[in-house]
Amino acid sequence: MEKKVKVAVIGPGNIGTDLMYKIMKSKHLEIKYMAGIMESEGINRARSFGVITTINNLNPILEDKDVVFVFDATGAKSHLQNAPLLKEAGKIAIDLTPAAIGPYVVPVVNLDKVAAEPNVNLVTCGGQATIPIVYAIKRATGAVEYAEIVASIASKSAGPGTRQNIDEFTQTTAKGLEVIGGADKGKAIIILNPAEPPLMMKDTIYTKVPNPDEKLIRESVEEMVNEVKHYVPGYKLRVPPIVDENKVTTIIEVEGAGDFLPKYAGNLDIITAAAVAVAERLAQKLNLI
Amino acid sequence: MKKIHILDTTLRDGSHAVSHQFTLEQVKNVAKGLEDAGIEYIEITHGDGLAGSSYNYGFSLFSDEDYIKAAALYLKKSKLTVLLLPGIGVKEDLEKAKEAGAQVVRVATHVTEADIGEQHIGLAKKLGMEAFGFLMMSHMVDKKKIVEQAKLFESYGADVVYITDSAGAMLPEETKEKISAVCENLSVPVGFHAHNNLSLAVANSIEAVSAGAQYIDCCLRGLGAGAGNTQTEVLVGVLKKLGYETSVDFYKIMDVAEKILEPIMKRPQIINNPSLVIGYAGVYSSFLLHAQKAAEKFGLDVRDILIELGNRKMVGGQEDMIIDVAYEMYNNLQHDTKGGSG
Repeated sequence: MEKKVKVAVIGPGNIGTDLMYKIMKSKHLEIKYMAGIMESEGINRARSFGVITTINNLNPILEDKDVVFVFDATGAKSHLQNAPLLKEAGKIAIDLTPAAIGPYVVPVVNLDKVAAEPNVNLVTCGGQATIPIVYAIKRATGAVEYAEIVASIASKSAGPGTRQNIDEFTQTTAKGLEVIGGADKGKAIIILNPAEPPLMMKDTIYTKVPNPDEKLIRESVEEMVNEVKHYVPGYKLRVPPIVDENKVTTIIEVEGAGDFLPKYAGNLDIITAAAVAVAERLAQKLNLI
Repeated sequence: MKKIHILDTTLRDGSHAVSHQFTLEQVKNVAKGLEDAGIEYIEITHGDGLAGSSYNYGFSLFSDEDYIKAAALYLKKSKLTVLLLPGIGVKEDLEKAKEAGAQVVRVATHVTEADIGEQHIGLAKKLGMEAFGFLMMSHMVDKKKIVEQAKLFESYGADVVYITDSAGAMLPEETKEKISAVCENLSVPVGFHAHNNLSLAVANSIEAVSAGAQYIDCCLRGLGAGAGNTQTEVLVGVLKKLGYETSVDFYKIMDVAEKILEPIMKRPQIINNPSLVIGYAGVYSSFLLHAQKAAEKFGLDVRDILIELGNRKMVGGQEDMIIDVAYEMYNNLQHDTKGGSG
């Protein structure tokens, strides 16, 4: 049997639990620890799957030489405390919080550039969904002067953290469009829609491109959508790039895998799926598997 | 005599009707005119609020800050008001607006999502601004839900909470029922913002006032998204006739509408068919011009696009979904004419 790389998850909430489910499906990763701050439903669930649980104590994870990757699905404040401990213990931190101590990573865009980093950050759900498209347009055209995205998510999939810090979503996503997507300037908008049954996450990506070649852009975007599909099977193109003078409009939809979170929560699914993809691909690059 | 506070949003909601292309000179003149006529609150922002200038909503000719500064220079009595939609504008935008001269902010969320505006109301209060909560698309939920969300805004420190009929879809009886319920359950004053898609803007505003609303939104000549809003000069006349007190001079406000605003208008503010369908289907009024453009591009009937957007329960700010719907309808049509297997 192929050797699996051991990982730990901090934060047994919705995101952490979905991560656990995805890691359990992975051919290359094995979840050894789940860390929480108190006994909870999430901790019990992890325990029931035979995962070692630890409460208010990261030491078992830090001291375990087998553990290579640690996913942090807590909050920004908590990650600021966890990050130095993980670094000192030689663990690679995969940060799903808004703390963003390490560089942003989008698996299909810049994994090579962050391969040597001790800490990488997953940007935002909207960033994971839209940055690949901006990057695909940039690689086809050489220049994206402006990228603007509108992320529509089901109200039910936005937790209190997102709601109380909604500015953080738009600002971090906009920065990701620039830093990794390659746009000269980025802007992000988020809309919560309470419709029942809940709507799938949809993202509209507008880019401003000098003299856009629709055919080249379409090919590049379609190829990119297929690349993302490898780790987010429910990622699909709803409206292929439409060129209108120098504006290019693309719409994608993200259906979640329905591992732990419901299928409409594609916005959460894409960030946990991306996190697992980052660990799997880094494991390959580091010759661990 | 009961006093009604008038908020004129010609320079914000009206911005939709001119695709956000007001000049600084126009903003200055309208603002001056409104102040001279005695308007208490003057709202000036991109139609979709601070930082609304975008591909999705249309780029504005000048920045929000430039517009605010252009008006602030001349306003002495009227309170310069801005709109902020969390998810579009951020706290830094509000700080900049305040710096430029804004005194009041309306924090607008979908009627079920007040909690995304908590921080923005908090910041406004910290900056010493008046802060209003603004519950958009209030036709989509029942009065119980509206009360719950209005109370959230009140708990965040909102000075006034607005019930907003963004789609111009509410009927008079419904307006009365919803406003009454909110007034009964809130200790802060309640406001109402209407759209005229079903020709009910003034009638609903009057229902709102008689149900207890103390703040009413309006626009000169009704200039606004969809079929526009409650017409300022008409509202002032009707309120006067009903015996309510406002700070507005009836003759002067009529003159501002005729002499200053009318020459700026790109087209008469009428209830055209798409606007009527917006009210009927309960769709965000500012979808109007974007949907017309999409209908033209894809060769569709704009009414079909709007009805479908209503069926899908799209909310304010989802202008991008017009393209999504139009593209799908266009594809289905191509498919049908090719005689595909379906």
